[in-house]
Amino acid sequence: MLSEIATIVLLLAGAAFFLAGTLGLLRFPDVYTRLHALTKADNVGLGLVVAGLALQAESWAAIGKMTLIWLLVLIASATGAHLIAQGALRKRIRPWKP
Amino acid sequence: MEAMTVSLDWMLDGLLALTLLWLGWRVLASADLFKGIAFFIAFGLLMALIWVRLEAPDVAIAEAAIGAGLTGALLLAALSRLRHDKEIAATNGLTDGAGRDRASGLRRGTGVVLIGLSTLLFIGLGGAVLSLPTEAPGLSGPVADRLSTSGVSNPVTAVLLNFRAYDTLLEKAVLLLAVVAAWSLAAAPKESVSPPGRVLDVFARLLVPLMIVVASYLLWVGAHAPGGAFQAGAVLAAVAVLLLLSGKSLTARWQGWRLRALLTLGLGVFIAVGAAVMFVGHRFLEYPPDQAGNLILLIEVVATVSIAVALAALFLGGRPRRGEPG
Repeated sequence: MLSEIATIVLLLAGAAFFLAGTLGLLRFPDVYTRLHALTKADNVGLGLVVAGLALQAESWAAIGKMTLIWLLVLIASATGAHLIAQGALRKRIRPWKP
Repeated sequence: MEAMTVSLDWMLDGLLALTLLWLGWRVLASADLFKGIAFFIAFGLLMALIWVRLEAPDVAIAEAAIGAGLTGALLLAALSRLRHDKEIAATNGLTDGAGRDRASGLRRGTGVVLIGLSTLLFIGLGGAVLSLPTEAPGLSGPVADRLSTSGVSNPVTAVLLNFRAYDTLLEKAVLLLAVVAAWSLAAAPKESVSPPGRVLDVFARLLVPLMIVVASYLLWVGAHAPGGAFQAGAVLAAVAVLLLLSGKSLTARWQGWRLRALLTLGLGVFIAVGAAVMFVGHRFLEYPPDQAGNLILLIEVVATVSIAVALAALFLGGRPRRGEPG
């Protein structure tokens, strides 16, 4: 019972991060701030979802696989964000100033 | 409770189907080609999810790896070359204004005809689907009956590499033909590769060994669970794409006959095995049941290598230049 409640809380928190990240992607003013929003959603949101699902997993192998997926997404999204930002800087896109 | 899960399933499937239709429309209707490609990749990922929902994990893996991943990379590479060509055309003072006018006139005339034809096709296809018997047993029964003689325990692999091996053989021939066509059109474009930077380099170093392990696993597991040569080949090709993007290149030593040998190896071994069984009294591609498992594994291993090389060659976009890093 307790683990079910914890799972629900973690999944909802993860969904909230994804929602905020999507909002940021749509509403933030330039590519750098949008990347910032997006990578937070990927990293923390997916981490929370994996943590929530791990509590319900039937085997340690399943938990290991999900953790591995999370780590791979972390590496890939960090690299992707870096490459996009680097490309934008090379094109001389200036960071947004309020 | 039962009714609720059923309606939740319907909601999820309906949402997936509607999103897929919308993405398909956006892929076709986006005026910006880059946007179109981004939508196409999203379309492929969603399609993979839908295959999972349809309980076809083999197709889902293939769709995610080839449909979304590699085709996306191929399209993006083609787009960057298109832009490059356009810049050259613009600096040479060539414009395509007149061509565009003619094209739009042509479009108006043929548009009506095309709409009519596709409506007819749609009605015909719809009628054909409706005329099918609602409950067809399909061929899964006969496949399950003969699974023990196929040499593998995964029914999808049994169909693809034993019962309907002809189809797979021809698919591999089509892939090889695609490379031949790409190579006969032009040499690989000279790319001014920007220095990849340390982050991409480390990324490649981290992921390449892992991806090779994943490809080997997919190849091996294909005998009794979802996986197989096409999926493994796509992952290996992704390794090649990642290495090419991070500034590595094929040494001149590997560009000549070695590359061509690797390209044709898969199809060649497939045909050779198919023909060899004829000497022991079977028909073409009819493996003896006690050797079927080994023969399928042999075909799949070489096919994986050839598929990976073919897809990577398509990503390069032309025949390798002699004596230069390609």
